[in-house]
Order: sequence, then structure tokens, then C-alpha cells
Amino acid sequence: MEQKTKINAEDGKQELEITREFELPVELLFKAHAEPEIVEQWMGTKVLKLESKKHGSYQFRTTDAQGNVLFQSNGVIHEFIPNRKITRTFEMENTPFGVQLEVYEFEKLTDNTSKLNMHVIYESVQQRDQVLKMPFAKGINMAHDRLQEIVSYLPNGHAD
Amino acid sequence: MNLRRDVFQAIADPTRRAILLLVAAQSMTAGAIASNFDTARPTISKHLQVLMQCELLGQKQSGREIYYHLNPKKMREISDFIEPFRKMWDDRFNKLQSTMKKYNPTSR
Repeated sequence: MEQKTKINAEDGKQELEITREFELPVELLFKAHAEPEIVEQWMGTKVLKLESKKHGSYQFRTTDAQGNVLFQSNGVIHEFIPNRKITRTFEMENTPFGVQLEVYEFEKLTDNTSKLNMHVIYESVQQRDQVLKMPFAKGINMAHDRLQEIVSYLPNGHAD
Repeated sequence: MNLRRDVFQAIADPTRRAILLLVAAQSMTAGAIASNFDTARPTISKHLQVLMQCELLGQKQSGREIYYHLNPKKMREISDFIEPFRKMWDDRFNKLQSTMKKYNPTSR
């Protein structure tokens, strides 16, 4: 399958770009970022607060299947131009990742297709690379956990 | 997981990246590698050690000489490291698209 979402993260830079084309009118693509109930659905996160306007702020909470809080994130909105652009900060609370600046640009391609361009700027090259590696590291940890699980089921196996 | 000796740590250093580029072309002895740098020989040995520890380099004995070569499997791991991050966003955006395709403002 073709890669619909593209990531451009140049070596040694503290920024990255995420682009994606949608089979959606730009109005719907924008709405998916502006309305709390919709954000909840596709981000898989609880929206505690989302003031979609200039100088508004937001707060998300992500929980696991058991309802334990995995992390909270928050930020403020600096620019909110319907169907065109959102500029906001994003911070994952209680993590060393710092605050990132996010510029979302919404572009109409045809009446029924649109494009999102996300430009994300981090505090440092190191922080950007940490964020990039996070799902990668998580994958390794999950593989490791699964291995431990299997080992614990083996005869005479020790899970410790 | 020991992060101190992971592959990303290894390639964070410019000298080690240069070593990887050198041996990518052909396997080389430590002496031949060191001759490409102004750095002291023990420093290059240290770098080779780090690259060996995280399996980016392999060794092969040929007569009395030890040749270092690139481990392409481990290198692929690095080139693919962005893939889980991309996949995470791709999954999210797929969900956004399917959510919005079902979206019907008149029913709300």
C-alpha cells in the first residue's frame, strides 16, 4: 500500500514535517481538528478542554484500556483561521520532551480532497529525536514484554 | 533496555558515522580505518569498540589481520526507526478520514 502519511525529518534539525492528503473536503478536515467530540474520536484521547480560538487553550488526557492515565497533554492556540491554519503549542505533561510549536496548514485540493501540512518545531535536535524514537522504543519494549510473558508460561520458566 | 549503547547513540557521533561510511564501501582493518582520520589511534579503537558493541560492525579474521565490515541488518534498523512514528500518524489520520466520512452535520 502506498504511504499516505509522509514524515520529513532532516538529520540534525529540530523540526519535522508531517503531510497527508485526505479524501475529505477541507472544511471537514478542519472541523476534525476544531471540535472536541470529533478530536476525541480519531485521536483516541479524552478532550478535557478545547477552546478553538485565538488565545484559547486545550488539554487532553490519554488513558489505557483499564482507565489508568497514561499521559496528559496541553497547549495554547496562537492562531485559528477556519479552514486554513492553526498555530498552537503542545506539551506532554511530566515528560522531558519540552514544549513544541505546531503549525497546521489546511489546503483545499479539490471540492472533495484536501491536504494537511503539519510543521512541528522542538526545543532542540535531541528532543525532536527523542519524540521520533518514542514509538520505536515502545515497540521494542512491547516485544520485550511479550517475550517475558511467553517465557513465564514455559515449563520451569521464571517471570522475574 | 540499555539505551546507553543503542544504535542511535552510536551514530550520534560524526567520527563514528564517517567510519560507517568508510567500511560501507569495503571491509577494512583498524589501521586502515585510522589512517583516514587525524584522530589518535586509541580514539578510533574506542569508536570501533562502540560500533561493535551495538552490532553496527562485524569482524572477520583474514590471516593475521582483522577486518571490520558493516552489518547491513542493523543499519536497516536505523533507517526504519522513523517508520513506527509515521505509522502512528498514519493510523490516526486513517481514523480521522473514516470518522469524517461518516460525519453528518444534519443529524446533529
